[in-house]
Amino acid sequence: MAEEKNLFDVEIICPDRVFHSGKAYMIEYNTTEGQIGVYKNHAPITNVIAPGVVTITDGSDKKITAAVHSGFATILQDKVTLLAEVAEWPDEIDVKRAQEAKERAEKRLSEHKEDLDVKRAEVALKKALVRLEIKK
Amino acid sequence: MASMKDIKQRKSSIQSTQQITKAMKLVSTVKLQKAKTRAENANPFFNHVYNTVSSILAKSKDINHPYLKPGDSDRIAVVVITSNRGLAGGYNSNVVKLITESGFDKDKVDIYAIGGKGRDSLDHKGYHVVSDDSPIMEAPTYEDAKAVCDKVLESFVKGEISEIYLAYAHFKNTVVNVPTLMKLLPVDMEAEEVEETKASAPMGFEPNEEEVLEMVIPKYITSLFYGALMEAVASENGARMQAMDSATSNAEEMISDLSLKYNRARQGAITQELTEIIAGAQAIS
Repeated sequence: MAEEKNLFDVEIICPDRVFHSGKAYMIEYNTTEGQIGVYKNHAPITNVIAPGVVTITDGSDKKITAAVHSGFATILQDKVTLLAEVAEWPDEIDVKRAQEAKERAEKRLSEHKEDLDVKRAEVALKKALVRLEIKK
Repeated sequence: MASMKDIKQRKSSIQSTQQITKAMKLVSTVKLQKAKTRAENANPFFNHVYNTVSSILAKSKDINHPYLKPGDSDRIAVVVITSNRGLAGGYNSNVVKLITESGFDKDKVDIYAIGGKGRDSLDHKGYHVVSDDSPIMEAPTYEDAKAVCDKVLESFVKGEISEIYLAYAHFKNTVVNVPTLMKLLPVDMEAEEVEETKASAPMGFEPNEEEVLEMVIPKYITSLFYGALMEAVASENGARMQAMDSATSNAEEMISDLSLKYNRARQGAITQELTEIIAGAQAIS
Protein backbone atom coordinates (compact mmCIF):
# COMPACT_ATOMS: atom_id res chain seq x y z
CA MET A 1 0.00 0.00 0.00
CA ALA A 2 1.51 3.22 -1.13
CA GLU A 3 1.29 6.39 0.88
CA GLU A 4 -0.76 9.29 -0.35
CA LYS A 5 2.29 11.50 -0.75
CA ASN A 6 3.93 9.05 -3.13
CA LEU A 7 1.11 9.23 -5.62
CA PHE A 8 1.16 11.34 -8.75
CA ASP A 9 -1.28 12.21 -11.54
CA VAL A 10 -1.40 10.14 -14.67
CA GLU A 11 -3.19 11.18 -17.82
CA ILE A 12 -3.41 9.27 -21.07
CA ILE A 13 -4.80 11.46 -23.82
CA CYS A 14 -5.98 10.35 -27.24
CA PRO A 15 -6.91 12.67 -30.10
CA ASP A 16 -10.63 12.07 -29.60
CA ARG A 17 -10.90 11.60 -25.84
CA VAL A 18 -9.13 11.69 -22.50
CA PHE A 19 -8.41 7.99 -22.29
CA HIS A 20 -7.45 7.74 -18.63
CA SER A 21 -7.00 10.18 -15.81
CA GLY A 22 -6.19 9.33 -12.21
CA LYS A 23 -3.63 8.83 -9.46
CA ALA A 24 -0.85 6.30 -9.65
CA TYR A 25 2.04 4.98 -7.59
CA MET A 26 4.03 3.81 -10.56
CA ILE A 27 3.67 3.74 -14.32
CA GLU A 28 5.61 1.52 -16.70
CA TYR A 29 5.76 1.81 -20.47
CA ASN A 30 7.96 1.30 -23.52
CA THR A 31 9.99 4.09 -25.03
CA THR A 32 12.15 4.00 -28.12
CA GLU A 33 15.12 3.73 -25.75
CA GLY A 34 13.69 0.81 -23.78
CA GLN A 35 11.24 0.13 -21.00
CA ILE A 36 10.97 2.60 -18.17
CA GLY A 37 9.14 2.76 -14.87
CA VAL A 38 8.33 6.11 -13.30
CA TYR A 39 7.74 6.94 -9.64
CA LYS A 40 6.89 10.29 -8.17
CA ASN A 41 9.54 13.05 -8.38
CA HIS A 42 11.09 11.76 -11.55
CA ALA A 43 13.29 14.24 -13.40
CA PRO A 44 11.27 16.12 -16.02
CA ILE A 45 11.72 14.43 -19.35
CA THR A 46 9.94 14.00 -22.64
CA ASN A 47 10.33 10.74 -24.49
CA VAL A 48 8.93 8.93 -27.47
CA ILE A 49 6.63 5.99 -26.82
CA ALA A 50 7.22 2.69 -28.56
CA PRO A 51 4.22 0.41 -29.11
CA GLY A 52 3.65 -1.61 -25.98
CA VAL A 53 1.72 -2.21 -22.83
CA VAL A 54 1.30 0.55 -20.27
CA THR A 55 0.96 -0.64 -16.70
CA ILE A 56 -0.32 1.72 -14.05
CA THR A 57 -0.03 0.69 -10.40
CA ASP A 58 -2.35 2.68 -8.22
CA GLY A 59 -2.26 3.46 -4.48
CA SER A 60 -3.67 0.10 -3.41
CA ASP A 61 -1.28 -1.95 -5.55
CA LYS A 62 -3.92 -2.61 -8.14
CA LYS A 63 -2.57 -2.76 -11.66
CA ILE A 64 -4.36 -1.62 -14.75
CA THR A 65 -3.03 -2.16 -18.24
CA ALA A 66 -3.67 -0.63 -21.64
CA ALA A 67 -2.20 -1.00 -25.12
CA VAL A 68 -0.59 2.13 -26.53
CA HIS A 69 0.72 2.55 -30.06
CA SER A 70 2.94 5.49 -30.93
CA GLY A 71 2.94 8.81 -29.22
CA PHE A 72 5.06 10.59 -26.67
CA ALA A 73 5.15 11.06 -22.93
CA THR A 74 5.88 14.06 -20.79
CA ILE A 75 7.10 13.35 -17.29
CA LEU A 76 6.90 16.13 -14.72
CA GLN A 77 7.67 15.73 -11.02
CA ASP A 78 4.08 15.16 -10.00
CA LYS A 79 2.44 14.35 -13.27
CA VAL A 80 2.92 12.02 -16.22
CA THR A 81 1.06 12.68 -19.44
CA LEU A 82 0.99 10.13 -22.22
CA LEU A 83 -0.12 11.40 -25.59
CA ALA A 84 -1.06 8.39 -27.63
CA GLU A 85 -2.44 8.35 -31.14
CA VAL A 86 -4.10 5.06 -30.35
CA ALA A 87 -4.79 3.63 -26.89
CA GLU A 88 -6.99 0.68 -26.00
CA TRP A 89 -8.20 -1.06 -22.86
CA PRO A 90 -7.82 -4.85 -22.89
CA ASP A 91 -11.59 -5.34 -23.19
CA GLU A 92 -11.71 -3.15 -26.30
CA ILE A 93 -9.38 -5.45 -28.20
CA ASP A 94 -10.72 -8.04 -30.59
CA VAL A 95 -8.34 -11.01 -30.26
CA LYS A 96 -9.50 -12.63 -33.45
CA ARG A 97 -8.90 -9.49 -35.47
CA ALA A 98 -5.49 -8.95 -33.89
CA GLN A 99 -4.54 -12.55 -34.63
CA GLU A 100 -5.58 -12.16 -38.24
CA ALA A 101 -3.71 -8.88 -38.54
CA LYS A 102 -0.61 -10.53 -37.14
CA GLU A 103 -0.77 -13.40 -39.61
CA ARG A 104 -1.39 -11.02 -42.49
CA ALA A 105 1.57 -8.85 -41.56
CA GLU A 106 3.85 -11.85 -41.08
CA LYS A 107 2.82 -13.24 -44.43
CA ARG A 108 3.52 -9.94 -46.15
CA LEU A 109 6.93 -9.66 -44.52
CA SER A 110 7.95 -13.20 -45.43
CA GLU A 111 6.89 -12.93 -49.07
CA HIS A 112 9.49 -10.26 -49.91
CA LYS A 113 7.47 -8.77 -52.73
CA GLU A 114 8.92 -5.90 -54.74
CA ASP A 115 6.34 -3.32 -53.81
CA LEU A 116 6.25 -4.30 -50.14
CA ASP A 117 5.95 -1.44 -47.71
CA VAL A 118 8.17 -3.00 -45.06
CA LYS A 119 7.73 -0.22 -42.56
CA ARG A 120 3.97 -0.37 -42.73
CA ALA A 121 3.88 -4.13 -42.38
CA GLU A 122 6.23 -3.96 -39.42
CA VAL A 123 4.08 -1.38 -37.70
CA ALA A 124 0.99 -3.52 -38.30
CA LEU A 125 2.76 -6.56 -36.91
CA LYS A 126 3.92 -4.68 -33.85
CA LYS A 127 0.45 -3.36 -33.16
CA ALA A 128 -1.04 -6.82 -33.44
CA LEU A 129 1.62 -8.28 -31.14
CA VAL A 130 0.98 -5.63 -28.48
CA ARG A 131 -2.74 -6.30 -28.64
CA LEU A 132 -2.24 -10.02 -28.26
CA GLU A 133 0.26 -9.57 -25.44
CA ILE A 134 -2.10 -7.54 -23.31
CA LYS A 135 -4.89 -10.06 -23.76
CA LYS A 136 -2.82 -12.91 -22.33
CA MET B 1 -53.43 41.38 -59.30
CA ALA B 2 -52.54 37.70 -59.42
CA SER B 3 -55.42 35.28 -59.57
CA MET B 4 -56.52 33.28 -56.54
CA LYS B 5 -55.22 30.08 -58.08
CA ASP B 6 -51.76 31.53 -58.66
CA ILE B 7 -51.50 32.83 -55.13
CA LYS B 8 -52.62 29.50 -53.71
CA GLN B 9 -50.05 27.62 -55.77
CA ARG B 10 -47.25 29.92 -54.73
CA LYS B 11 -48.23 29.68 -51.11
CA SER B 12 -48.24 25.90 -51.06
CA SER B 13 -44.88 25.79 -52.81
CA ILE B 14 -43.40 28.10 -50.19
CA GLN B 15 -44.97 26.00 -47.49
CA SER B 16 -43.23 22.86 -48.68
CA THR B 17 -39.93 24.73 -48.96
CA GLN B 18 -40.40 25.86 -45.40
CA GLN B 19 -40.92 22.30 -44.29
CA ILE B 20 -37.62 21.35 -45.87
CA THR B 21 -35.69 24.22 -44.32
CA LYS B 22 -37.27 23.47 -40.96
CA ALA B 23 -36.22 19.83 -41.16
CA MET B 24 -32.71 20.79 -42.28
CA LYS B 25 -32.41 23.14 -39.36
CA LEU B 26 -33.34 20.39 -36.93
CA VAL B 27 -30.88 17.99 -38.54
CA SER B 28 -28.01 20.46 -38.38
CA THR B 29 -28.87 21.31 -34.77
CA VAL B 30 -28.39 17.68 -33.82
CA LYS B 31 -25.23 17.39 -35.92
CA LEU B 32 -23.90 20.58 -34.38
CA GLN B 33 -24.30 19.21 -30.87
CA LYS B 34 -22.37 16.09 -31.81
CA ALA B 35 -19.65 18.01 -33.63
CA LYS B 36 -19.29 20.42 -30.74
CA THR B 37 -18.63 17.63 -28.26
CA ARG B 38 -16.11 16.06 -30.59
CA ALA B 39 -14.35 19.37 -31.08
CA GLU B 40 -14.17 19.86 -27.33
CA ASN B 41 -12.81 16.34 -26.83
CA ALA B 42 -10.03 17.03 -29.30
CA ASN B 43 -8.82 20.00 -27.30
CA PRO B 44 -6.75 18.42 -24.48
CA PHE B 45 -4.63 16.45 -26.93
CA PHE B 46 -3.92 19.46 -29.07
CA ASN B 47 -3.10 21.71 -26.09
CA HIS B 48 -0.60 19.23 -24.78
CA VAL B 49 1.11 18.72 -28.12
CA TYR B 50 1.29 22.48 -28.53
CA ASN B 51 2.88 22.91 -25.11
CA THR B 52 5.44 20.24 -25.83
CA VAL B 53 6.41 21.76 -29.16
CA SER B 54 6.76 25.22 -27.69
CA SER B 55 8.79 23.95 -24.74
CA ILE B 56 11.20 22.16 -27.04
CA LEU B 57 11.57 25.26 -29.18
CA ALA B 58 12.02 27.45 -26.11
CA LYS B 59 14.74 25.24 -24.72
CA SER B 60 16.74 24.83 -27.86
CA LYS B 61 16.60 27.88 -30.06
CA ASP B 62 19.41 26.76 -32.30
CA ILE B 63 17.99 23.42 -33.36
CA ASN B 64 18.60 23.05 -37.04
CA HIS B 65 15.68 21.09 -38.36
CA PRO B 66 14.02 21.20 -41.77
CA TYR B 67 10.64 21.75 -40.12
CA LEU B 68 11.83 25.01 -38.62
CA LYS B 69 13.05 26.83 -41.68
CA PRO B 70 11.33 27.62 -44.98
CA GLY B 71 12.23 25.43 -47.94
CA ASP B 72 13.93 26.69 -51.08
CA SER B 73 10.87 26.35 -53.30
CA ASP B 74 8.77 29.40 -54.07
CA ARG B 75 5.54 27.42 -53.94
CA ILE B 76 3.33 27.28 -50.88
CA ALA B 77 0.66 24.81 -49.85
CA VAL B 78 -2.72 25.76 -48.46
CA VAL B 79 -4.95 23.13 -46.90
CA VAL B 80 -8.52 24.34 -47.36
CA ILE B 81 -11.25 22.87 -45.21
CA THR B 82 -14.79 23.51 -46.45
CA SER B 83 -17.96 21.46 -46.62
CA ASN B 84 -19.27 19.06 -49.22
CA ARG B 85 -22.77 20.45 -49.09
CA GLY B 86 -24.14 23.90 -49.63
CA LEU B 87 -27.05 25.73 -48.05
CA ALA B 88 -24.87 26.92 -45.22
CA GLY B 89 -25.01 30.65 -45.80
CA GLY B 90 -21.67 32.30 -46.41
CA TYR B 91 -19.73 29.52 -44.71
CA ASN B 92 -17.89 28.15 -47.74
CA SER B 93 -17.43 31.38 -49.64
CA ASN B 94 -15.96 33.06 -46.56
CA VAL B 95 -13.22 30.44 -46.35
CA VAL B 96 -12.53 30.69 -50.08
CA LYS B 97 -12.42 34.47 -49.83
CA LEU B 98 -9.66 34.14 -47.23
CA ILE B 99 -7.41 32.64 -49.87
CA THR B 100 -8.36 34.90 -52.77
CA GLU B 101 -7.81 37.95 -50.57
CA SER B 102 -4.69 36.68 -48.83
CA GLY B 103 -2.36 38.22 -51.39
CA PHE B 104 -0.83 34.86 -52.35
CA ASP B 105 0.31 34.62 -55.93
CA LYS B 106 -2.31 32.47 -57.64
CA ASP B 107 0.27 30.59 -59.70
CA LYS B 108 2.41 29.67 -56.74
CA VAL B 109 -0.23 28.13 -54.51
CA ASP B 110 -0.91 24.41 -54.24
CA ILE B 111 -4.37 23.75 -52.86
CA TYR B 112 -4.93 20.65 -50.77
CA ALA B 113 -8.72 20.57 -50.72
CA ILE B 114 -10.81 18.94 -48.04
CA GLY B 115 -14.43 19.63 -48.92
CA GLY B 116 -16.02 19.74 -52.37
CA LYS B 117 -17.37 23.30 -52.24
CA GLY B 118 -13.99 24.89 -51.64
CA ARG B 119 -12.33 22.64 -54.19
CA ASP B 120 -14.83 23.55 -56.92
CA SER B 121 -14.78 27.27 -56.40
CA LEU B 122 -10.99 27.51 -56.08
CA ASP B 123 -10.58 25.32 -59.16
CA HIS B 124 -12.99 27.58 -60.98
CA LYS B 125 -11.01 30.64 -59.95
CA GLY B 126 -7.90 29.14 -61.50
CA TYR B 127 -6.05 27.84 -58.46
CA HIS B 128 -3.97 24.72 -58.75
CA VAL B 129 -5.70 21.97 -56.77
CA VAL B 130 -3.17 19.20 -56.21
CA SER B 131 -5.11 16.93 -53.92
CA ASP B 132 -8.69 16.35 -52.98
CA ASP B 133 -9.79 14.56 -49.83
CA SER B 134 -13.39 15.69 -49.78
CA PRO B 135 -14.99 12.38 -48.75
CA ILE B 136 -13.37 12.55 -45.30
CA MET B 137 -15.51 15.57 -44.38
CA GLU B 138 -18.45 13.21 -43.89
CA ALA B 139 -16.95 11.76 -40.73
CA PRO B 140 -13.41 12.98 -40.14
CA THR B 141 -11.21 10.78 -37.98
CA TYR B 142 -7.70 11.18 -36.65
CA GLU B 143 -6.45 8.70 -39.25
CA ASP B 144 -7.88 10.89 -42.02
CA ALA B 145 -6.15 13.93 -40.61
CA LYS B 146 -2.95 11.93 -40.43
CA ALA B 147 -3.18 10.82 -44.05
CA VAL B 148 -3.55 14.42 -45.26
CA CYS B 149 -0.77 15.55 -42.94
CA ASP B 150 1.60 12.88 -44.26
CA LYS B 151 0.87 13.93 -47.81
CA VAL B 152 1.56 17.61 -47.19
CA LEU B 153 4.64 16.95 -45.05
CA GLU B 154 6.05 14.68 -47.71
CA SER B 155 5.98 17.49 -50.26
CA PHE B 156 7.49 19.82 -47.68
CA VAL B 157 10.35 17.47 -46.89
CA LYS B 158 10.94 16.88 -50.60
CA GLY B 159 11.29 20.63 -51.00
CA GLU B 160 8.37 21.04 -53.38
CA ILE B 161 6.77 23.61 -51.12
CA SER B 162 8.32 26.07 -48.72
CA GLU B 163 5.39 26.91 -46.45
CA ILE B 164 2.21 25.23 -45.32
CA TYR B 165 -0.95 27.14 -44.46
CA LEU B 166 -4.30 25.98 -43.19
CA ALA B 167 -7.59 27.72 -44.00
CA TYR B 168 -10.72 26.77 -42.09
CA ALA B 169 -13.63 28.26 -40.19
CA HIS B 170 -12.76 28.49 -36.52
CA PHE B 171 -15.75 27.60 -34.37
CA LYS B 172 -16.22 30.39 -31.86
CA ASN B 173 -19.73 29.58 -30.76
CA THR B 174 -22.97 28.32 -32.24
CA VAL B 175 -23.71 31.53 -34.12
CA VAL B 176 -20.21 32.81 -34.85
CA ASN B 177 -17.45 31.18 -36.86
CA VAL B 178 -14.29 32.98 -37.82
CA PRO B 179 -12.58 32.07 -41.10
CA THR B 180 -8.95 31.57 -40.16
CA LEU B 181 -5.77 31.31 -42.18
CA MET B 182 -2.85 30.03 -40.15
CA LYS B 183 0.73 29.16 -40.90
CA LEU B 184 1.71 25.62 -39.94
CA LEU B 185 5.22 25.19 -41.24
CA PRO B 186 7.87 26.36 -40.74
CA VAL B 187 6.89 26.50 -37.11
CA ASP B 188 7.30 29.89 -35.61
CA MET B 189 5.88 30.24 -32.16
CA GLU B 190 4.96 33.60 -30.79
CA ALA B 191 7.83 35.06 -28.82
CA GLU B 192 5.78 35.76 -25.70
CA GLU B 193 4.43 32.23 -25.50
CA VAL B 194 7.95 30.90 -25.62
CA GLU B 195 8.91 33.16 -22.74
CA GLU B 196 6.14 31.69 -20.60
CA THR B 197 7.21 28.10 -20.99
CA LYS B 198 10.76 29.05 -20.17
CA ALA B 199 9.84 29.60 -16.53
CA SER B 200 8.92 25.94 -15.89
CA ALA B 201 11.42 23.29 -14.82
CA PRO B 202 14.11 22.35 -17.34
CA MET B 203 12.85 19.50 -19.42
CA GLY B 204 15.02 16.64 -20.62
CA PHE B 205 14.46 14.95 -23.95
CA GLU B 206 14.99 11.36 -24.85
CA PRO B 207 16.67 10.31 -27.15
CA ASN B 208 17.40 14.00 -27.93
CA GLU B 209 15.64 17.22 -28.93
CA GLU B 210 16.01 16.66 -32.65
CA GLU B 211 14.46 13.22 -32.61
CA VAL B 212 11.64 14.21 -30.31
CA LEU B 213 10.98 17.19 -32.52
CA GLU B 214 11.06 15.01 -35.61
CA MET B 215 8.38 12.90 -33.99
CA VAL B 216 6.33 15.64 -32.35
CA ILE B 217 6.01 18.10 -35.23
CA PRO B 218 4.03 15.75 -37.50
CA LYS B 219 1.79 14.99 -34.53
CA TYR B 220 1.43 18.69 -33.90
CA ILE B 221 0.36 19.31 -37.48
CA THR B 222 -1.91 16.29 -37.47
CA SER B 223 -3.62 17.34 -34.27
CA LEU B 224 -4.05 20.83 -35.71
CA PHE B 225 -5.66 19.31 -38.80
CA TYR B 226 -7.83 17.09 -36.69
CA GLY B 227 -8.90 19.96 -34.45
CA ALA B 228 -9.57 22.13 -37.50
CA LEU B 229 -11.64 19.37 -39.11
CA MET B 230 -13.71 19.01 -35.96
CA GLU B 231 -14.22 22.75 -35.70
CA ALA B 232 -15.03 23.02 -39.39
CA VAL B 233 -17.77 20.42 -39.05
CA ALA B 234 -19.18 22.28 -36.07
CA SER B 235 -18.95 25.62 -37.89
CA GLU B 236 -20.58 24.17 -40.98
CA ASN B 237 -23.55 22.89 -39.05
CA GLY B 238 -23.78 26.08 -37.02
CA ALA B 239 -23.80 28.13 -40.22
CA ARG B 240 -26.35 25.87 -41.83
CA MET B 241 -28.54 25.97 -38.75
CA GLN B 242 -28.55 29.75 -38.87
CA ALA B 243 -29.12 29.92 -42.61
CA MET B 244 -32.02 27.50 -42.36
CA ASP B 245 -33.44 29.33 -39.39
CA SER B 246 -33.60 32.59 -41.29
CA ALA B 247 -34.91 30.80 -44.39
CA THR B 248 -37.71 29.34 -42.28
CA SER B 249 -38.65 32.69 -40.82
CA ASN B 250 -38.49 34.33 -44.25
CA ALA B 251 -40.84 31.66 -45.57
CA GLU B 252 -43.13 32.33 -42.62
CA GLU B 253 -43.21 36.00 -43.55
CA MET B 254 -43.93 35.30 -47.19
CA ILE B 255 -46.69 32.87 -46.30
CA SER B 256 -48.47 35.37 -44.09
CA ASP B 257 -48.11 38.00 -46.80
CA LEU B 258 -49.54 35.63 -49.41
CA SER B 259 -52.39 34.60 -47.09
CA LEU B 260 -53.40 38.22 -46.80
CA LYS B 261 -53.26 38.67 -50.58
CA TYR B 262 -55.24 35.47 -51.10
CA ASN B 263 -57.98 36.56 -48.70
CA ARG B 264 -58.18 39.94 -50.34
CA ALA B 265 -58.47 38.36 -53.79
CA ARG B 266 -61.16 35.99 -52.49
CA GLN B 267 -63.10 38.89 -50.91
CA GLY B 268 -62.71 40.87 -54.13
CA ALA B 269 -64.10 37.98 -56.17
CA ILE B 270 -67.13 37.63 -53.85
CA THR B 271 -67.83 41.36 -53.94
CA GLN B 272 -67.60 41.35 -57.69
CA GLU B 273 -69.93 38.38 -57.99
CA LEU B 274 -72.45 40.03 -55.67
CA THR B 275 -72.33 43.29 -57.64
CA GLU B 276 -72.95 41.34 -60.83
CA ILE B 277 -75.94 39.46 -59.35
CA ILE B 278 -77.47 42.64 -57.97
CA ALA B 279 -76.95 44.45 -61.24
CA GLY B 280 -78.54 41.51 -63.09
CA ALA B 281 -81.54 41.43 -60.72
CA GLN B 282 -82.02 45.18 -61.10
CA ALA B 283 -81.96 44.86 -64.86
CA ILE B 284 -84.77 42.26 -64.80
CA SER B 285 -87.06 44.24 -62.49
